[in-house]
Amino acid sequence: MSEEKRKPTPEEKAAAAAVARAKAKAAKEAREAQANAAESDTGEPNGEGRADAPQAEPPIEKRKPTPEEKAAAAAAAMAKAKAAKEAREAANGTTSDADPDAKAKAAAAAKAKAAAAAAAKAKAAREANAGETSDAGMDEDAKAKAAAAAKAKAAAAAKAKAAAAIKSNTGASSVEPTAEEAPPSKNQPYLDRYVQILTERFGKESIEDSYINRLSKEVPTLLIKNEHWHGIAQFLKEEPALQFDYLSNLHGVDYEDRMEVYYHFYSYEHHHSLAVKVKTTRENASVSSVTDIWAGADWNERETFDLLGIDFPGHPNLVRIMMPDEWIGHPLRKDYEPFDEGV
Amino acid sequence: MSSWLEQAPSLTNVLHYSLAAVALLLVVLGFVTYAIYFERKVIGWMQLRPGPNRVGPLGLLQTISDVTKLLLKEDTRPKHADKALFTLAPILAYSPAFAVLAVMPFTDTIQFADLGVGVLYYIALSSITVMGVITAGWASNNKYSLIGGMRSAAQMISYEVPLVMSVVGIILMTGSLNLKDIVYAQQDVWNIVPQFLGFIVFLIAAQAELNRSPFDLPEAESELVAGYHVEYSGFRFAMFMLAEYVYMFGMGTLIVVLFLGGWLPIHPSLDFIPPIIWFIIKFMFYVFLQFWLRATMPRFRADQLMGFAWKVLLPVALFNIMLTAFVITYQNGFM
Amino acid sequence: MPTPFSTGIRTEEMVLNIGPQHPSTHGVFRLVVKIDGETIKEAVPVMGYLHRGTEKLAENLTYTQIIPYTDRIDYLSSMTNNYVLCHAVETLMGLSIPEKAEFLRVIVMEMNRIASHLVWWGTYLLDIGAIGPFLYAFRDRETIINLFNELSGARLTYNYMRIGGVKWDAPPGWIEKAKEFVQYLKSELPNYHVLVSGNEIFQSRITGIGTYSRQDALDHSLSGVMLRCTGENWDIRKNEPYSIYDRFEFDVPVATEGDCLSRYHLRLQEIEQSIRILEQALDQFPEEGEVMGKVPKVIRPPVGEVYVRIEAPRGELGVYIASQGKDKPWRFKLRRPSFVNLQILPKLLEGVNMSNMVAILGSIDIVVGEVDA
Repeated sequence: MSEEKRKPTPEEKAAAAAVARAKAKAAKEAREAQANAAESDTGEPNGEGRADAPQAEPPIEKRKPTPEEKAAAAAAAMAKAKAAKEAREAANGTTSDADPDAKAKAAAAAKAKAAAAAAAKAKAAREANAGETSDAGMDEDAKAKAAAAAKAKAAAAAKAKAAAAIKSNTGASSVEPTAEEAPPSKNQPYLDRYVQILTERFGKESIEDSYINRLSKEVPTLLIKNEHWHGIAQFLKEEPALQFDYLSNLHGVDYEDRMEVYYHFYSYEHHHSLAVKVKTTRENASVSSVTDIWAGADWNERETFDLLGIDFPGHPNLVRIMMPDEWIGHPLRKDYEPFDEGV
Repeated sequence: MSSWLEQAPSLTNVLHYSLAAVALLLVVLGFVTYAIYFERKVIGWMQLRPGPNRVGPLGLLQTISDVTKLLLKEDTRPKHADKALFTLAPILAYSPAFAVLAVMPFTDTIQFADLGVGVLYYIALSSITVMGVITAGWASNNKYSLIGGMRSAAQMISYEVPLVMSVVGIILMTGSLNLKDIVYAQQDVWNIVPQFLGFIVFLIAAQAELNRSPFDLPEAESELVAGYHVEYSGFRFAMFMLAEYVYMFGMGTLIVVLFLGGWLPIHPSLDFIPPIIWFIIKFMFYVFLQFWLRATMPRFRADQLMGFAWKVLLPVALFNIMLTAFVITYQNGFM
Repeated sequence: MPTPFSTGIRTEEMVLNIGPQHPSTHGVFRLVVKIDGETIKEAVPVMGYLHRGTEKLAENLTYTQIIPYTDRIDYLSSMTNNYVLCHAVETLMGLSIPEKAEFLRVIVMEMNRIASHLVWWGTYLLDIGAIGPFLYAFRDRETIINLFNELSGARLTYNYMRIGGVKWDAPPGWIEKAKEFVQYLKSELPNYHVLVSGNEIFQSRITGIGTYSRQDALDHSLSGVMLRCTGENWDIRKNEPYSIYDRFEFDVPVATEGDCLSRYHLRLQEIEQSIRILEQALDQFPEEGEVMGKVPKVIRPPVGEVYVRIEAPRGELGVYIASQGKDKPWRFKLRRPSFVNLQILPKLLEGVNMSNMVAILGSIDIVVGEVDA
């Protein structure tokens, strides 16, 4: 990760890419990806290779497929170059993120080529992260395919891979599908109970979604409809079976197409926790205040208002807290431009 | 010395007398200079620091350079301050501090004015300083200094009562308000022994009168920044500092005279040591105690401070008076 | 306030600005108080003078690059701040940390907790008007800082931890020095009590002020010592163990009074407990092993969000990260204990005497860098 280590990367990358290009005669997109792939996969001895990332970095939606494409192309290149060792290293680099699902794919890959590498991967793959699956899985999967494709003809295979990458990635952006595959979380009963109690009281439509957030220590997460939020909040605190008497955290997130307010609750009575998310629009961002329920929400809501411009109707004193009162704009919004360039 | 006072005022007389006053002033300033140095050193040692050690040998010139700095500083005055009072306040605070020294008997020969009501003179004059402090607080037109001034007034007036009351026992025993007579009366045993209760009350009340730790509320820097003198700088500030230390000098002298037998030796056999040395030793002991307290004590709380004066010190002082009166009456055989 | 002795003198309330530059606001924190005489009628905290926009900056930094920024949030316990970020990313990515790195992390975090409490102890006493303890506390903190300096090359902003481990292994002899220090501090702590805790003036000064109930504490989201002083036995190290805290034996000091004195004692007791943890951790410290785990060269957590919380010296320190699968966080949010704990201040100050103000503010133990982020 040090600076000195990073420097040699571009040359090596370029070399690898050139080999791959010559051999595979891949399509233009595949070639682009190659450079990146070499960077991330052969990166083990070479360092992060961050230098290349900005240029090659596609916009947000396109970005996700990139690593897979990269991986695929790189694997192809590597397979051709018979750089088995490198492949293993690359595999190791990603395995820690892999999951059972990935293992299966890796096994398939092993058949095709690097059996040893896959074994190492499978061993290293431990209780893994759902979201990670597709990423890591794709890497290996891509490699395996790449190996096969290299034998056949590279261009077509690369395209197929890219398509697959995109497909699996859309799956990855939501956590649930993979969560279902894995054994049920220890917190699943809690989640079921919350949902049950809440639907009994507020009806099904009050909860948009509920899932176990496996990335976040398996916290039960509820997505609550904005208009029901205040009532549910009140209920969450007062219902004897829930009694979320402690608001650990409150903040907003700007997702560009929507705003979300994230709450993390804990019950000192029952010792269980809950994360709640409430969606709102960006234009009229508004989520009803919970200061009357948890006094500790006061400044957090003010901060969220200040930095993200989310209105909290019902808050007694919703004024800026971090920025000066006369500040224009809400800095944490993704489209924020400083009003005064001189500042 | 006091014989001069009885002569007709001739030119030489007045000159002599002025020169003596200047000499005393220099002694006092010298004391203040090195009391501050000593304070910083002692507190430094108590707090694992070396203290001043850069200016002059062993840092001996530190205070002098500090004072020079204060004198050379620009004389600033807040725009909306009351000009006349702002100027008057430091003088009002300092003058009585120096004036009280006139009646202090350092030895039986070194004394400026042998007043029959020495104790009363001291107490009456020292009360004027409160005026200086409260004037400073008011004239600065600053909220912190106003609060500091008010605190100071409340504190100094409250503690003056137990301070005076604790001396009453001694006056009863001696039968005189004259400070010299009080010292002579301690030939056999120092007042600290029969008047131990009075001594304790006096020590605590004196500490509060001096606005020193743990009673330094008027200038509590963590609450009021610097209290009544927050707007003062340069020479005016130096006047307040000077007043504080000169009062310490005065109070130290008073406590030595009243309770520790003045210039008398601890035992008649140690008579060969000159009286002034005895006086200085006792005096230094008191000054050291001041520094020691300052290095270790946290500050009192304003409301508890007042409660302590009225609910604890005053009853104890009154009890002490009663006790003394009873004992004296008993000794005189009226009971 | 109507008094039985109405003098007919007109009085009025005064608005007093305490801070942003004031000796006992511990930084640039401002408190606007409305006082009647010396009684506080209303107190309004004003902050943001030290707002550096860390959360915004973090959105444009890679995860590793954020670590030095966390140093500057709560600059009295940078190690805990380092840890919470690394812990969040590691949780998100499911990384495992080498044993030795975990030990080093726990050791430095506990040392940092001691250092932080020592600074609190010294400055709190300074607020209350005792100068001495401050220097004693700093003497002992200095040793910790020197140890950290040897370990990380910095005295205050360590930038020591990395995602997947720690940056540097302990230099030869470091563990022995740390052991020596722990023994020294253990023998030194009773003197702290001799110097201050037994002092009558001190005790009467802070007993029974700044009192609140457990319910108040929960309502205001108070955490750490601020919560434990009301009788809630809760320490994340114990109740939701992270790192390797579940391997060590220690107690969670709890008090029931909920006043400034109980918070004072709890913090000193926490030092004792940290010493216990340190003793065990230093004894079990593995000499061999890696200090960095196997991590991808480019840290790209999967898409998703994570919220982790740990027990910092000042309370519950949380980090929320929303990741879009890139090498930079989409949203980075710190749950800063100082900021949240401070919320109860207006309530505590209402109707109290001015001279209690600093004692109460001090007992909350804020770091303005953390309040303002």
